[in-house]
Amino acid sequence: MLKKRIIPCLDIKDGRTVKGINFVGLRDAGDPVELAKRYANEGADELVFLDITATIEKRRTLLDLVSRVAREIDIPFTVGGGVNTLEAAGELISAGADKIAVNSAAVKRPELVREIAAAFGRQCLVLAIDAKKLGDAWKVFVKGGREDTGLLAMDWAQQAVDLGAGELLLTSMNSDGMQDGFALDIVGEISRAVNVPVIASGGAGRQEDFMQLFKRTNATAGLAASVFHFDRIKIGALKMYLKEQGIWMR
Amino acid sequence: MIAILKYNAGNIASVKNALFRLGAESLVTDDPEEIRFADKVIFPGVGSAGPAMAYLKERKLDVLIKGLKQPVLGVCLGMQLMCKYSEEGNTDCLGIFDNQVREFSGAGLIPHMGWNEVHSLSGELFKGVPPRSDLYFVHSYFADLGIHTTAVCDYIQPFSAALHKDNFFASQFHPEKSSAIGRRLLENFLEQ
Repeated sequence: MLKKRIIPCLDIKDGRTVKGINFVGLRDAGDPVELAKRYANEGADELVFLDITATIEKRRTLLDLVSRVAREIDIPFTVGGGVNTLEAAGELISAGADKIAVNSAAVKRPELVREIAAAFGRQCLVLAIDAKKLGDAWKVFVKGGREDTGLLAMDWAQQAVDLGAGELLLTSMNSDGMQDGFALDIVGEISRAVNVPVIASGGAGRQEDFMQLFKRTNATAGLAASVFHFDRIKIGALKMYLKEQGIWMR
Repeated sequence: MIAILKYNAGNIASVKNALFRLGAESLVTDDPEEIRFADKVIFPGVGSAGPAMAYLKERKLDVLIKGLKQPVLGVCLGMQLMCKYSEEGNTDCLGIFDNQVREFSGAGLIPHMGWNEVHSLSGELFKGVPPRSDLYFVHSYFADLGIHTTAVCDYIQPFSAALHKDNFFASQFHPEKSSAIGRRLLENFLEQ
């Protein structure tokens, strides 16, 4: 049976983990590689690194980090943040990233999805969607959530899959940071509508939130950052709990 | 020295890194001499079957690979190319294994992506590996079952998760991305 995946997300700025971390026993808590190793050892199924600076000048720093992660980690990882050309995606893959997440640049130029999927296979292309609920409609936002594109999340998800996205990373901006559960409505709708894996992000606060996600939607993975960074949820304990709830876990 | 066959685009660094973690020296190459004289050969692969076979044929690596006598390990697309034929791009492959490679269709998400259980294990690659182990898969095409199948995975239908014939080994999953059990499988290959 294919297992559901638990994915910690590391926000990276200038090669360092951004969000505060209160782990004990790490030599350097701000080093993404140390944190990534710890998560992998605790049973994380995959990792996501999102570079939130991602300026041209800083790309070298990101590539160096990706190479270091690839040398140390033996589970798959996705890298995203500011990827706007086929060339940029190729550099990250050559450095050792298994998958590339694209967001704003794909909204601006949807052909980018097709180009990356054609060059590296659709399994390499994770389309990240930041969705915000306005009234009854879930809309796609870009530029770190500052700009409303006017697109409906469902429409963009389906279009991106048709263009070649092999996986969707769906973040609810309403839920992000609230720790009151995943946005089960939009995750449910999109994960039922598309035939590629959907990673749900935003809102994880308790173990039960992951249970609800996997029982009530077709999402194949749950992603979270702060609950893992701040040790509110331990990955090993979470997976044990989900197993007891009858959810297939590695 | 282990030769990692270089062809096509894709994340070949992972295999090299995994070998490095095991203390094994490797070389990423498409040079026929380096491949022929390597102690072992790993045939990785991300990409699609048609262009990959074309690349191999252009460099006459197809004939070379089939004739190798040292242990060879095909991974993912590498395994599919070692089969007889792939529906992907209607491609005639190397034919080391008789298996056919077909596209997943039916009820299930495609690609088959994530950790899935392998069972019915046999052969030296799985020495010391628990009888039901989770390994990391990512693929949209699969090799059917056959006499050389040494591990089975069930997704939409049962398919070959691993193959073995003489000096040729192959895995559909990615041992280099499959944590401790993947490491064990690579160690087993290195001991061949």
